[in-house]
Amino acid sequence: MTTLDLTPAPGAAPLPRMVLAQAGAEVRATLRNGEQLLLTMIIPVLLLVGFSLAPLIDIGGGSRVGFLTPGVLALAIMSTAFTGQAIATGFERRYGVLKRLGATPLSRQGLMLAKTLAVLAVELVQVVVIVTVALALGWRPQGSFAAAALLVVLGTAAFSGLGLLMAGTLRAEATLAAANLVYLVLLGVGGVVFPLSKFPAGMRSVLELLPISALTSGLRTVLGAGALPLGAVAVLAAWAVVSLGLASHFFRWE
Amino acid sequence: MDSPAVELIDLVKRYGGATAVDGLSMRAAAGAVTAVLGPNGAGKTSTIEICEGFRRADSGTVRVLGEPPATPALRPRVGVMLQAGGVPPAMRCAEWLRLVSRFHAHPLDPPALLARLGLAEHARTPFRRLSGGQQQRLSLAAAVIGRPELVFLDEPTAGLDPQARHACWDLVGELRAAGVSVVLTTHHMDEAERLADQVVIIDRGRVVAEGSPASLTGAERQLRFRARPGLALEELLNALPVGSVAKESPAGHYIIEGQVDPGLLATVTAWCAAEGVTADDLRIERRTLEDVFLELTGRELR
Repeated sequence: MTTLDLTPAPGAAPLPRMVLAQAGAEVRATLRNGEQLLLTMIIPVLLLVGFSLAPLIDIGGGSRVGFLTPGVLALAIMSTAFTGQAIATGFERRYGVLKRLGATPLSRQGLMLAKTLAVLAVELVQVVVIVTVALALGWRPQGSFAAAALLVVLGTAAFSGLGLLMAGTLRAEATLAAANLVYLVLLGVGGVVFPLSKFPAGMRSVLELLPISALTSGLRTVLGAGALPLGAVAVLAAWAVVSLGLASHFFRWE
Repeated sequence: MDSPAVELIDLVKRYGGATAVDGLSMRAAAGAVTAVLGPNGAGKTSTIEICEGFRRADSGTVRVLGEPPATPALRPRVGVMLQAGGVPPAMRCAEWLRLVSRFHAHPLDPPALLARLGLAEHARTPFRRLSGGQQQRLSLAAAVIGRPELVFLDEPTAGLDPQARHACWDLVGELRAAGVSVVLTTHHMDEAERLADQVVIIDRGRVVAEGSPASLTGAERQLRFRARPGLALEELLNALPVGSVAKESPAGHYIIEGQVDPGLLATVTAWCAAEGVTADDLRIERRTLEDVFLELTGRELR
């Protein structure tokens, strides 16, 4: 029988090691989960390829792939930061994983940092895949990649706040249903595939305040050689501040 | 070591109108195994989860290794095994243990610990595909992998088969030998009797008895035998020393308590001969912890 040295030798690992270990576990869990991959990879790529090749939507002139790629990138960000994170965290809460992790040396701040890193890492994979497909379809982006990255970070913060707020307050099953429903609705009304200009003016001014619309229109502008639209930045920042604030206040760990 | 591993004074925990823990006070000595026994709903898990920092006491004093619970500095020093769950269902056995090991400065080797608990061949099995007993063993492994000073085990052997139960008992024995303090809850009297230096019996949120297993079961011994039901015991009682007790419980099972010595044995066998009764399965034994437990907490189902 193996002998183990059980003599007490307690001590926390350095924070970066703990955070990287947890983030790595979360990335592996996401990439291994079939339903998550459907949302984060397959649906965005299918939308991009399908609507680029087939003239199903009227975008009012211009390159279809040029119109669609920023929208699909925004959708991918939402699927990971909001839908995927809400569902995964909701079930972690339900299965007592968050509780159990609370008894390890990894602090809650460390756990949140790990989740953020994991979301950004999955988003990086998504962006690489989507951009590769878009370039193959003839997309020719121009403009500021730094501005696009800023929008992506703000969008990630806003969607993460909403996802965690949902995961930390609703039952896991309710989170699963609601997160998927919100994903579908925002896909429909956020200007991802169907241009907001097709909606009535009154409705459009409301829809433009949605985080998905702000991210979509912002990315469309900066990747089309436009200046960073401050309106979109303001909308995303406001969603981020409010949703993260509410999540940190109302999140229940058990 | 003088300072206890855990000290609770007048602990109170309420859920809505229900009082789960009702002025409970206890100490768990450092370097010892303390078993918390009690019927379902006695307040065992509430008490232990307050010590683990998962719940807040409504009132009372709690000290874990000298600190208030939920102090961040306690986390590396305390190992925790939840009653159930706590592991992502899709996470593989070895992956979970390696992850938890990465949170600690001087962890045990995950593969060696898996092998020690008989989980080596399940290293790549997702948690949800493990049997209940295997899940328990993985949770136990995660509780000790960081080489803590104190380990809380909430019903560590619930659902384990006899081999796994013995493996768990061996590990608890090794923890104790290595100087680790262990606080565990259990329903199994034999487990408490075998493992614990100190037993705390709680019922309705209060301590009803505490002490070593030997002091709780007492030096008092019993004579037990089986015979046909309904024997008249009055005559036997008259022949026994004052203060002896003779009872039939259940029917056909007789228990004589008192100064169990050769004289008493002779008196009982002589009475049996006079009654024309053959005493079967006659034996002298100590009260078990289970006897004490049922005396203190009653027999009704909760």
